[in-house]
Amino acid sequence: MHVGILGVGLLSAGLEGWLKGREVLTGSDPFSPASLPEPEAELLPANERRRSSDCVRWAVQVAQEAIRQSGLDPREVATVFASSGGEMGVLDKLCRTLATSERIVSPTLFHQSVHNTAAGYWGIATTCQQSSTALSCYDDSCAVGLLEAVTYATLEERAVLFVAYDLPAPEPLNGARPIAAAFAAALVLTASSDPCLGTASIRLLSGDGRQVTAMPDADLERLRVDNPAARLLPLLRALALQGRHMINMNVLDDQRLEVEVDS
Amino acid sequence: MPPRERPMTPLTLSAYTLVTTNGRGIGPVSQALRERRSGLRPCDFEDALLKTYIGRVEGLEDFSLENGLERFDCRNNRLAWLGLQQDGFMVAVAEAKQRYGADRIAVVMGTSTSGILDTEHAYGNRHPETGVLPAWYTSRYRYTHNMFSLGHFVRTCLGLRGPALVISTACSSSAKVFATAARYLQAGLCDAAIVGGVDSLCLTTLYGFSALQLLSEQPCRPCDEDRDGLSLGEAAGYALLESSKKIGKKGAVALLGYGESTDGYHMSHPHPEGAGAIRAIRQSLERGRLQPSDIDYINLHGTATRANDAVEDKAVFGIFGGSTMTSSTKGWTGHTLGAAGITEALIVAICLKQGFVPGTLNCERVDPSLRGQILRENVDRPVRRALSNIFGFGGNNCSLVLGIL
Repeated sequence: MHVGILGVGLLSAGLEGWLKGREVLTGSDPFSPASLPEPEAELLPANERRRSSDCVRWAVQVAQEAIRQSGLDPREVATVFASSGGEMGVLDKLCRTLATSERIVSPTLFHQSVHNTAAGYWGIATTCQQSSTALSCYDDSCAVGLLEAVTYATLEERAVLFVAYDLPAPEPLNGARPIAAAFAAALVLTASSDPCLGTASIRLLSGDGRQVTAMPDADLERLRVDNPAARLLPLLRALALQGRHMINMNVLDDQRLEVEVDS
Repeated sequence: MPPRERPMTPLTLSAYTLVTTNGRGIGPVSQALRERRSGLRPCDFEDALLKTYIGRVEGLEDFSLENGLERFDCRNNRLAWLGLQQDGFMVAVAEAKQRYGADRIAVVMGTSTSGILDTEHAYGNRHPETGVLPAWYTSRYRYTHNMFSLGHFVRTCLGLRGPALVISTACSSSAKVFATAARYLQAGLCDAAIVGGVDSLCLTTLYGFSALQLLSEQPCRPCDEDRDGLSLGEAAGYALLESSKKIGKKGAVALLGYGESTDGYHMSHPHPEGAGAIRAIRQSLERGRLQPSDIDYINLHGTATRANDAVEDKAVFGIFGGSTMTSSTKGWTGHTLGAAGITEALIVAICLKQGFVPGTLNCERVDPSLRGQILRENVDRPVRRALSNIFGFGGNNCSLVLGIL
């Protein structure tokens, strides 16, 4: 399957936005993940932003960056949101409440606990009524989300916004799923051959972990391994480097997603 | 108007199985439908002190997962396991493995809360001084509560090595699995797919829906003029999907169309005009190259909340008018959330195979403001094609058309 990439969004400490981040990914600028970004996600209406979770703001931030680059009307773009654990911060608050004798759950917190919360907030902010899918495949959520997005764009012949995000859970939940650094990234994909930033051809093949593409920089490789959403880094680096590159992403230890990036 | 959808090749449900509060397997579930026996009972789940009714599956507390599956042990995966044991489903999958190979069969599951009940228990057992979660929980989070746990578990039980994922879009989760599997099959990523969904009772959804004031104190009464909320349930269901070109037995149940949309309106209230619902229904008809008049029966989402049933009726009446038979089956099962898609798709399969339509259980007097034809009593009548609607939090909608080949 072959898609065009119309826009990119990127957010992590030291990788704040695609334009700055791509200079880091190519090695032109140093990777210095000093302070944690606090995304504005200004596309969210003020009242929604105020009560939104960190996951929502991170996901919406990269989504709006990618959509703006694409020049597409977000109402015309279907979405695929991939996250290993989703709203871990909300789940922590809910489970704390449920462990009290009163169990007084906040209705807002409850509807924010679903895996499609970020997808839902994006749809509400943009009034988009296209298909929206939220999924997980544990450590391989990003590769499987990309596969879902590319399959959708190819077969349904409609542009797709793909968003991958995972944030560290608060303690004590982070003990169950240790993630050190927050990461979110987005791609706008299209099946058409309109002018674009680059193209990606993907194939699902049998394979094992030894074939997975790593990041040459040790700190960026640590980030890729730490956060399931950051498994998108090699693809983003290939796009930043320009030219033709072959990337392999692990899928369930017995398959791999082979992505040929051309830009 | 949205662009026209590409027609799809019908996909045969060559095997399927369902466990709900009404029974284990297609036989007991269809018998309960025929005999109009609800599975709803006053809430007796753990220590939940809520005045509501639930559709609890009996026996999940009485066993644990063994034989190498211990790490997956939690209520949701026990229910998943129970589902796999019914209706010869494992044998059908083994035969499909012979035909295609284990790496050519995808697993596409849906759930909304996965094994969150284990996390709830773990939070109740935090270390009194450090607040740390118990080790029995943290070492198994990946296999119990993580959103992919169900996909991992089903793939492991069935010995499959094809692509796998869990879709979690609240209530529409296990309806959307049909759409993703249909695309996987069309793209050649697999030759067959196990689609399904499992969602189990937990304190999060019981107290969460209570906080939203959406739980009825009685068994839910879909489409009734006095309806006042839903009853929660739990269920596990699976179907083996294959291209009808390969395995198109005459008389078999098949997926003819699917439609996916969102409301883009509110996290927990439906769009007042049902805009997203209309979009999903129209898409599902277009993919099946069908007209509204081709549909003999509509299994409504019909949760029995004031808002859902009114908005859904508006959408359905707008497309089908008032002559197509419609009903909700949530009075039998309760709202099984992330498992509602597969539960109701398979109830529709029962209707198609057996030639009957269940009337809406617990609906004493149909809300006179609803304009669709809402059945109260069961009707014996051939059903050739039927629609199932599922709408969920985040305004996430999915409609499926199933029919007899």
